[in-house]
Amino acid sequence: MKNTTEYAVYAGKRAKKSDLLPDCLRAFLTGGLICAGAQGMSELFLSLRIAEETVRILVPMILIFLTALLTGLGIFDNLAGFCGAGTLVPITGFANAVVSPALDSKNEGLVLGLGAKLFSVAGPVILYGTSASVVWGVLYWALGQLR
Amino acid sequence: MTGFLLKLLFAFLVGGFLCAVAQLLIDRTKLTPARILVSYVVAGVFLTAVGLYEPLVRFAGNGAATPLTGFGYSLAKGVERAVDERGLIGAVTGGLTGTAGGITAAMFFGLLAALIFRGKPK
Repeated sequence: MKNTTEYAVYAGKRAKKSDLLPDCLRAFLTGGLICAGAQGMSELFLSLRIAEETVRILVPMILIFLTALLTGLGIFDNLAGFCGAGTLVPITGFANAVVSPALDSKNEGLVLGLGAKLFSVAGPVILYGTSASVVWGVLYWALGQLR
Repeated sequence: MTGFLLKLLFAFLVGGFLCAVAQLLIDRTKLTPARILVSYVVAGVFLTAVGLYEPLVRFAGNGAATPLTGFGYSLAKGVERAVDERGLIGAVTGGLTGTAGGITAAMFFGLLAALIFRGKPK
């Protein structure tokens, strides 16, 4: 029985057996490339006079779309096996963690299969991230009152 | 042109560094990829709160914004903006407002992909 939190397992098990340095180098190069690609897209859109606020949403959207597509086609898993944290840490890893369990669970039903499993990793990420932001929001407000 | 290439380079270096650190953590600690994702987002909120992440975003652009720490940055920036505009209530509205685009895109494209493609049978 596979633990649900290990859905995005690609980087984990496979990487453990191999060497640290090549692992980190691959993660550095591939993750760096994804980020540089994102930057390139940003610069392109900005040069087309698209508003900065829009670009800031558009670029991650495109990365998420591409990841969903590649995951659906079964290409992303292989890619992630090579890149390790290089594809995990950018928004591509989050997108893959949304699509992959949803896809694999759809024969368990659209609600408690696809619908619930879609959040098996994204849920915790959103839960703890949003909660941390609430704590910071309250602190930030309190600091403002003191000023 | 040099400005453009420098921006790409900074994004590459910072983004690559954040990924390499995660790889180190995966290889050498018990952190699973799912825990890395959660830790990175929370770390992003924290680093933004103490004022360290904003300069990094200004320096590296997508090199800092695209990794999951950047998701935390958007959450933290979102609450700051909302608290500035609306006071304390902003603490509960700002985070998801700041990240609405990414979360919705992931859900929607995730749903589409899961409906269209065939998964691995268990």
